[in-house]
Amino acid sequence: MATPTLSIGGLKTWFFTDSGPVKAVDGVSFSVMPGEILGLVGESGSGKSITGFSIMGLIDPPGRVVEGSIVFKGEELRGRSDAAMRTLRGNRIAMIFQDPMMTLNPVLRIDVQMVEAVLAHRKMTRSQALALAHSALERVGIAAPGERLRAYPHQMSGGMRQRVAIAIALLNEPDLIIADEPTTALDVTIQGQILFEMQKICAESGTSLIWITHDLSVVAGLADAVGVMYGGRMVEHGTVAQVLESPRHPYTQGLIASVPQLEARGQPLRQIPGAYSPLVNVSGCAFAPRCERALPVCQTEPQLAATADGRLLRCHNPV
Amino acid sequence: MSTYLLSRIGQGLMLVLIMSLLVFLGLFAIGNPVDMFVNPQADQAEIARTTAALGLDKPLWEQYGQFVRKAIKGDLGQSFVHGASALQLILDRLPATLELALVAITIAIVFGIPLGLWAGLKPDTFVGRFIMGGSIIGFSLPTFWVGLMLIMVFAVHLQWLPASGRAVTESVLGVQTSLASLDGWRHVLLPALNLALFKLSLIVRLTRSGTREALTQDYVRFARAKGLTGRRIVGVHVLKNVLVPIITVIGMEFGSLLAFSVVTETVFAWPGMGKLLIDSITQLDRPVVVAYLMFVVVLYVAINFVSDLAYSLLDPRVRLGGAAR
Amino acid sequence: MSAPTSLAGFVSAYRKSTSATLAAIVLLLILAAALLAPVLSPQDPYDLAQLDLLDARLPPGSPSGDGTRQYLLGTDAQGRDMVSAILYGLRTSLVVGVCATLCAVAIGIVVGLVAGYFGGRFDALLMRIVDMQLSFPAILVALILIAILGQGVGKVITALVAAQWAYYARTIRGVVLVESQREYIAATRVLALPVTSVLFRHLLPNCMPALIVVGALQVASAIALEATLSFLGVGLPITEPSLGLLIANGFTYLLSGKYWISFFPGLALLVTIMSINLVADQLRDVLNPRLRVD
Repeated sequence: MATPTLSIGGLKTWFFTDSGPVKAVDGVSFSVMPGEILGLVGESGSGKSITGFSIMGLIDPPGRVVEGSIVFKGEELRGRSDAAMRTLRGNRIAMIFQDPMMTLNPVLRIDVQMVEAVLAHRKMTRSQALALAHSALERVGIAAPGERLRAYPHQMSGGMRQRVAIAIALLNEPDLIIADEPTTALDVTIQGQILFEMQKICAESGTSLIWITHDLSVVAGLADAVGVMYGGRMVEHGTVAQVLESPRHPYTQGLIASVPQLEARGQPLRQIPGAYSPLVNVSGCAFAPRCERALPVCQTEPQLAATADGRLLRCHNPV
Repeated sequence: MSTYLLSRIGQGLMLVLIMSLLVFLGLFAIGNPVDMFVNPQADQAEIARTTAALGLDKPLWEQYGQFVRKAIKGDLGQSFVHGASALQLILDRLPATLELALVAITIAIVFGIPLGLWAGLKPDTFVGRFIMGGSIIGFSLPTFWVGLMLIMVFAVHLQWLPASGRAVTESVLGVQTSLASLDGWRHVLLPALNLALFKLSLIVRLTRSGTREALTQDYVRFARAKGLTGRRIVGVHVLKNVLVPIITVIGMEFGSLLAFSVVTETVFAWPGMGKLLIDSITQLDRPVVVAYLMFVVVLYVAINFVSDLAYSLLDPRVRLGGAAR
Repeated sequence: MSAPTSLAGFVSAYRKSTSATLAAIVLLLILAAALLAPVLSPQDPYDLAQLDLLDARLPPGSPSGDGTRQYLLGTDAQGRDMVSAILYGLRTSLVVGVCATLCAVAIGIVVGLVAGYFGGRFDALLMRIVDMQLSFPAILVALILIAILGQGVGKVITALVAAQWAYYARTIRGVVLVESQREYIAATRVLALPVTSVLFRHLLPNCMPALIVVGALQVASAIALEATLSFLGVGLPITEPSLGLLIANGFTYLLSGKYWISFFPGLALLVTIMSINLVADQLRDVLNPRLRVD
């Protein structure tokens, strides 16, 4: 079997505040193969973004990765110095953020921001780097790249800025791209275009992609595999077909059922009762308070275990 | 962009006009207008003659018109004490004040921005806290007291620098300046430091908060995700964002420097405009006071306008407008 | 972190900063000393009968010529005991500073409330005036007024008020603009409450935290401004000397090494201003974290 691009085992990232540790990520494990697209799904506060930052090594105090392994192409990333991580960031592992207006520096031109991403990792002349930037912009479907390069971020629409961010991520041909809700702030039509292009790029170049989102429909159309997160923990992981058509974790089931269906007009929307409260560090299953299938044994924390059909599942009483 | 400029010029002119009206009303309506043109010590006959000759018995709006017309020509009255044109007196003293202000603002910028940057990057270190504490002190100390302390320590006690006065000027590139000689610098150092202290503290605080805010922005995080070195992130990304608002503040603060120089020039007996103003107020030399006020207002408006211009040139969001959504 | 809602909460939040707590204690001591100046000072510095010219310009710690007392901080050019002079001067400085601030606050409140509540062209005009005035440094405004009005206590206070009211007006207007969006103001419109009632009984109390903070900071700057004016010779008259005038009187003696005539009043001024600033800073952090510089 081929080496996974990325393999996370039991990742825990905690934030140590005055009122005690906030366990933003408290047990996440998954792997991503070359060319595979993983959709990381969960509601706000489930720890998905923090997982992404933990992989990049961008967790600042008072936060810290307290446990777990992050293996990238066979090498352990945890414990590496910041200088060593810097050689990987933007180079072998790239990240795309949610709000493109603020991720691009408003007082610097686009070409400056793209060229510096190249020159930080490879030795070449400025005009060579500029040529790379030019072709990257073409690749993400931006017309008249030459003009765009000389522009400032505020002169472009949101969709275009996000394409620029994607282009920057692609500049050094990374092995892994982590996209943190990149289309949440955009129109549905633009979102569709960007999803399509990302799929094409990953298929062409064999890049792995982790797509973090709270929107199941995005995952359905785009991903190969799905990981569902709740309360900082990975609760279910499998192929898209497996998880979306026959979910086994009660939370996943609730999520899928709550997506409004065209056929059920006039019927009340189904929701998962209760709300997630991140500051309540509960022992035992984090979802138990809201779960219809909760049993007394759910007061003890369920472990992430492999199922017969090759999924990972964290539940005492799965569907 | 040019409509913006025109409207700013228009606003500036409005300000000058309003100021002239206020000064006119203040001195002609509230005060005794005759005091503007005749020495209060003159006898009755002289006063009566001057009143008639200068049309001070005419209606107010006519007098205002006369005032404005003369002002545009540069005639703002004659000084009682010195006997010369009030405006000329001020212009004679302007170079000295400018010299002092320029050295002061340079000190404030050259030391203020790096110190503020450091305090913003490392706020919880001893140095960072020391810098912030120092800036609070620099902010609260009254300028004249700092001047006194500087004289006490450096001139009287240590005897390193002279306590007052300006060195002899030389002509450099057609301008009379005292900065061409070492003695000139010895004389200007203490007063410039005194004048700079308040602005220095201001710049430190602004730079620090600007840096702190910039560091929390997403673009810094994104820059780190691109694998850029800390040096580049601070030196290019953060600095450019921090500098743009600070430069405009500096521009506007330069104007207030000219006003604050009143105190420093008095403490250090520096022969500038400010000292002239104080002397004129205490000696009731009204024409000079009027001339100073009008001059300073015009100067102010000009400086504010220039720094507005600088801001719009530096911030690409203002300069280019744009199709942002 | 939101503003504390009870006195006990306020005190404990305030005490989190040791420097601010120290400053508050120092400030209370200063206020007490100024209030009790006639009682505390060994000598009435403005009663010419009590002064002995032979005791002039004595360094700190010297005994008086007739041996009846010790001049703890020395004497000035007229033989005045520095301790007494400073206590009385402190009192004058504080009184003038606080008076000027209160007047400026009153004017600023009215202007700010009216501008913020009524809005429209009225607001635009008032704020234009405010902005214009704020673009001039306070000292220039004060000097202009003194040049026009002449010298004297009332005129100095007028000058100080004129230099400061605009700042309050802008702060209050800002708060009013925010509060006007809230539902309870809409409710007053529905209930057709009279305007004065809305302004003073509903909006004003919500401006108090911001007012207290800005007011505290401005008292310090009013005191500093008055001291500067007096030092320059265009402030309070000699009959009511403030610390600024005392410092000016001692200026000429600095160069001959008789530092105490200027230094100690200067120190008193400095400690007063700094403690007010520290207290005001902490008040701001506690009452309205959003105004923080940090």
